Amino acid sequence: MGIVETYLIGPFAEMAAYPAGVLETVIAGIGNGFLYGLVAIGFVIIFKSSGVFNYAQGAVVFFAALNFAGLLTLGLPWYLAGLLTLLLLVALAFAVERTVLRLLVGQSALTLFMATIGVSFFIEGLVEAAWGGNPHLLKIGLPESALFTIDHAWGEAAGLDIIVQESDLLAIAVGLVLVLALYAFFHRSRIGQALRAVADDHMASMSVGIPLNRMWVIVWSLSGLTAFVAATVWGTKIQIEPTMIGLALKALPVLILGGLTSIPGALVGGCIIGVSELLFETYWGQPLFGGATTEWFAYVLALVFLLFRPQGLFGEPIIERV
Amino acid sequence: MLYRETGVYQTSYGKDQAVFRLPLDRYAIAGWLIVAFAIVPAFASSYVLTDLLTPFLIMSIAALGLNVLTGYCGQLSLGSGAFMALGGFMTYKLVTAFPTAGALLGVVAGIDVALPDPALGTFRPFDLWFLAILIMAGAITAAVGLVFGLPSLKIKGLYLAVTTLAAQFFLIWLFIKVPWFTNYSPAGIAPAPPRTLLGFQVTGAASPVVCRYLFVLSLTVLVALAVKNVSRCHTGRSWMAIRDMDIAAEMIGVHPTAAKLSAFAFSSFLIGIAGALWAFVKINSVQTDAYGILVSFQVLFMVIIGGLGSVLGSFLGAAFVTFSPILLNIGLNALNPYLLAFGLGRIEVAMIKHIEFMVFGALIIFFLIVEPNGLARLWQIAKQKLRTWPFPY
Amino acid sequence: MQKNKRGAAWLRAAIVGAALSSAALPAQAQSDDTQFFPLLVYRTGPYAANGAPFADGMLDYLKLINANGGVNGVMLSWNECETEYKTDVGVECYERLKSNGAVAAVSPLSTGITYALIEKTTADQNVLFSMGYGRTSAADGTVFPWVFNFPATYWSQATSIMEYVAEQEGGFDQLAGKKIGLIHLDHPYGREPIPTLQKLAEAYGFELLLYPVPTGSMTDQKSIWLDIRRVKPDWMLMWGWGAMNPTAIKEASLIRYPMDHFIGNWWSAAEPDLLGSGVPAEGYIGATFHDVGDAAPVFEQIREKVYDAGNGTAPESEIGQVLYNRGVVNAAYVVEAMNTAMQKYGNKVLTGEEIRWGFENLDITPERIEELGMTGLLPVTKVTCSNHEGLEPAVKLQRWDGQKWTIFTDWIPAMTDVVRPLVEADAEQYAKENGITPRDCTN
Repeated sequence: MGIVETYLIGPFAEMAAYPAGVLETVIAGIGNGFLYGLVAIGFVIIFKSSGVFNYAQGAVVFFAALNFAGLLTLGLPWYLAGLLTLLLLVALAFAVERTVLRLLVGQSALTLFMATIGVSFFIEGLVEAAWGGNPHLLKIGLPESALFTIDHAWGEAAGLDIIVQESDLLAIAVGLVLVLALYAFFHRSRIGQALRAVADDHMASMSVGIPLNRMWVIVWSLSGLTAFVAATVWGTKIQIEPTMIGLALKALPVLILGGLTSIPGALVGGCIIGVSELLFETYWGQPLFGGATTEWFAYVLALVFLLFRPQGLFGEPIIERV
Repeated sequence: MLYRETGVYQTSYGKDQAVFRLPLDRYAIAGWLIVAFAIVPAFASSYVLTDLLTPFLIMSIAALGLNVLTGYCGQLSLGSGAFMALGGFMTYKLVTAFPTAGALLGVVAGIDVALPDPALGTFRPFDLWFLAILIMAGAITAAVGLVFGLPSLKIKGLYLAVTTLAAQFFLIWLFIKVPWFTNYSPAGIAPAPPRTLLGFQVTGAASPVVCRYLFVLSLTVLVALAVKNVSRCHTGRSWMAIRDMDIAAEMIGVHPTAAKLSAFAFSSFLIGIAGALWAFVKINSVQTDAYGILVSFQVLFMVIIGGLGSVLGSFLGAAFVTFSPILLNIGLNALNPYLLAFGLGRIEVAMIKHIEFMVFGALIIFFLIVEPNGLARLWQIAKQKLRTWPFPY
Repeated sequence: MQKNKRGAAWLRAAIVGAALSSAALPAQAQSDDTQFFPLLVYRTGPYAANGAPFADGMLDYLKLINANGGVNGVMLSWNECETEYKTDVGVECYERLKSNGAVAAVSPLSTGITYALIEKTTADQNVLFSMGYGRTSAADGTVFPWVFNFPATYWSQATSIMEYVAEQEGGFDQLAGKKIGLIHLDHPYGREPIPTLQKLAEAYGFELLLYPVPTGSMTDQKSIWLDIRRVKPDWMLMWGWGAMNPTAIKEASLIRYPMDHFIGNWWSAAEPDLLGSGVPAEGYIGATFHDVGDAAPVFEQIREKVYDAGNGTAPESEIGQVLYNRGVVNAAYVVEAMNTAMQKYGNKVLTGEEIRWGFENLDITPERIEELGMTGLLPVTKVTCSNHEGLEPAVKLQRWDGQKWTIFTDWIPAMTDVVRPLVEADAEQYAKENGITPRDCTN
């Protein structure tokens, strides 16, 4: 009885006692989730069209953020710095295609995965060598303060006051716009359709004259673009330093939930992970288990999920042929 | 010509099934063992022994462990770091729970053999308690590994990697949160107490460098032999059958549950022992900091770059991953006097680290491209060369 | 066949490469007539913002000593090794550097590395000087003869900070029923003060709330601060490092936590922590044991003899910053210990045992500090055989005004009557586990 009360009833009682707290936790969770989702979209784009499980996506986000911040410190206006960063990302995509992917065609998924870890190491060393190992700030005037439903100072009693961080709203807005834009691109544009053809069948698309190598550069550039967007949103929230690469690892469970091949799925998966890990941490982890449960919660959730629906919420069912 | 397989005839099934069938192989291995056991400790500096060779050997055990799982059984794991941590913490709990059992055993057995040189200490043939503790810690790790291996019955490939990430992060979190694991040490760090084996001190900072090296080396040789042999017997063959085609394996009567779980258990057992050695012999304290996700990646690198399903590959991979960052770092540092002499300035430590990262990343990609089947394949190529030399056509 | 040829070529290249690297392996020997400083630094990674200025300060002071002709004529030499704040890398660095010369003292600036090196430095007979960090119970010199952690340990610091809190609340008896939160790095360093704070919480009836921040996701503290918003602790203490600090300060400011009730320990109150947060954070309080700013005469010397000679390590603007100054203090302590030892053993390159004696008999008086040109910078310190923390550990508090730090309290002495028994108990347990007989310090 005691255990049931502590672990099953207590947290819910606490939620009911202070619903505003639940609401702001959920909003903050969605904000986090969209960030995970933004990184995960980059994974999905690459996995869909080339079957590469790209661990380096976190490092690409770091690459974009650090280059952007670094170029800004040189005194460039933000639009020019942004443009240059995008060009660098395309150059990176080109380099990765030329020096890694093209040479590893036909290797096992595991080999490709390990190669992307190598790419991740390389990128981390490269940008830090260029801009120094010190943390950077990315200040381009994006909103980053907090909104209160009832404006009040610390300690004053307030009824249903909810805090919302502007950066969370920004992440949500940017995420939605990006998904819509990508959807339009994949379904309306010529290149997008070619990419979908490549995703469906490499051989068949090659035989109808789609240049595979160029498509891969486009795919990596596209995922670089999403990394750039993620980096900009992320960089306004936190300092830019290598921990970012590790945080991007959370995109993996997000993908498991959303499905490896679905772009909107990445956002939905991100939200599920973001919200549930924050709720668990706030009402179970912090008071009952000594905190820091966000370290593992997403992975355990993904593990449980995998046992029941391995293809994810929106993924294509996995069919294995013997 | 140089490496000949022809002309060797076996006269019994036993001989035909020996691990090293060819006399040439036997001589080569014996030579390597002599070098490793006698020549290296006699000539290598203390730095080379403690910080290059010992970690290399410990990581070889971990790589052999993961190779059992990934190389022989085809199950991917990114949780090696956490299982190493588990081995380390369990060993710590066991040695502090039974601090005197080892000494007692020694007294009961009552045999002390004085060595010719008193500086070498006394040889106690029955002082095996630390080994027993390592095996127990390994067994506990194996049990936990088995539990985390259960999802493998339903999940495959990279998906399985994500579930083993759950093990990685959850276990590390657990060791931080539960103070029992560190005997309620305020900082959550357990110092590795000094322990003896066969009368020689093998753990702790006061232990002679050579003792530690030989201890780890002997264990590595035992583990390598064990992996080689297990992979050749029924269990190992069932692992490989599962790896190559699980459905077909089931058809021919391999029990997939038993095969996968036994691979998880055996692999975790070895990785746990490696983790215990990492704490007790290398860094001299048990702390979660030393078993992060990066360690998991490193062990996986060793297996893949070295060669999946190859004992030799595990060693080559471990050598590559442990040596190359350190040698790069030392090498770049050593460049500085020359650069200064030519007025080119110096490379600062931070830049050395960045270059080290870049080169290490590039080397990984390089080896994956050149030899996707691992460094072990290079040996096969060399063997072929030696076979046909000097008339390759 | 083509494939085979290529493979063999790589094999050859690999062998040649390995041979070349091993040729470079024997570390270049330092000359025997210098005292060697193995500098375990970190200038990359998430802790670089804090690690770099500290290392710069240390290096600059050593350069200054050499520019002045060494310590009583004995020149100093050093080598840096990048640890990234990682324990296993730190251990490798120590092993690599220790044989480069007669070691002065090892200061890894990491509690994790310090723990791993305690037995190693003891076995090698090298002094391990963890200045204001590391294993707190190493303050017991009878069990840890080779480890020093003056001028104050984490436990002492925690009691000093709590004294300030109690004073603000109107006395320790007013603390009953209050909520005090500790946001800490979930790392040996961050966990170190918890036992003392728990002891105080028990004694004075306040509630201690723990908020661990995992090292892998230091910059993701949202749930913690939402919880703080709900629970509303009266005071927040911080044991943070690296990228954790600016994140915490930013999140605190977002939820409008009153900054004058938010106190960082001395590793959570430096310029990069505040400037990196991107918020003004006026009123944020931090502990320290030395002055900020470049008023002390020693800085003038550093500018003159090191920077004007084109030999400076850092951008000159770093001089006078909290962590830079602390690096200077760290180096100055070691040099003073060498100086003390030389008065007994003569002006020569010292052995580990001799330097240890110097550390153990360190007695830095106000006059001596004046002489060194480090007034306000170096705390008055007296170390004894049994007490390696210094006899009167104390802490000052400094306040951030949005631009710079200003010290606003006098020395707040630690509650040694609370801390010392805890130190001795923990040291005793360590001695028992490791089969150490505490040495006799009575004579």
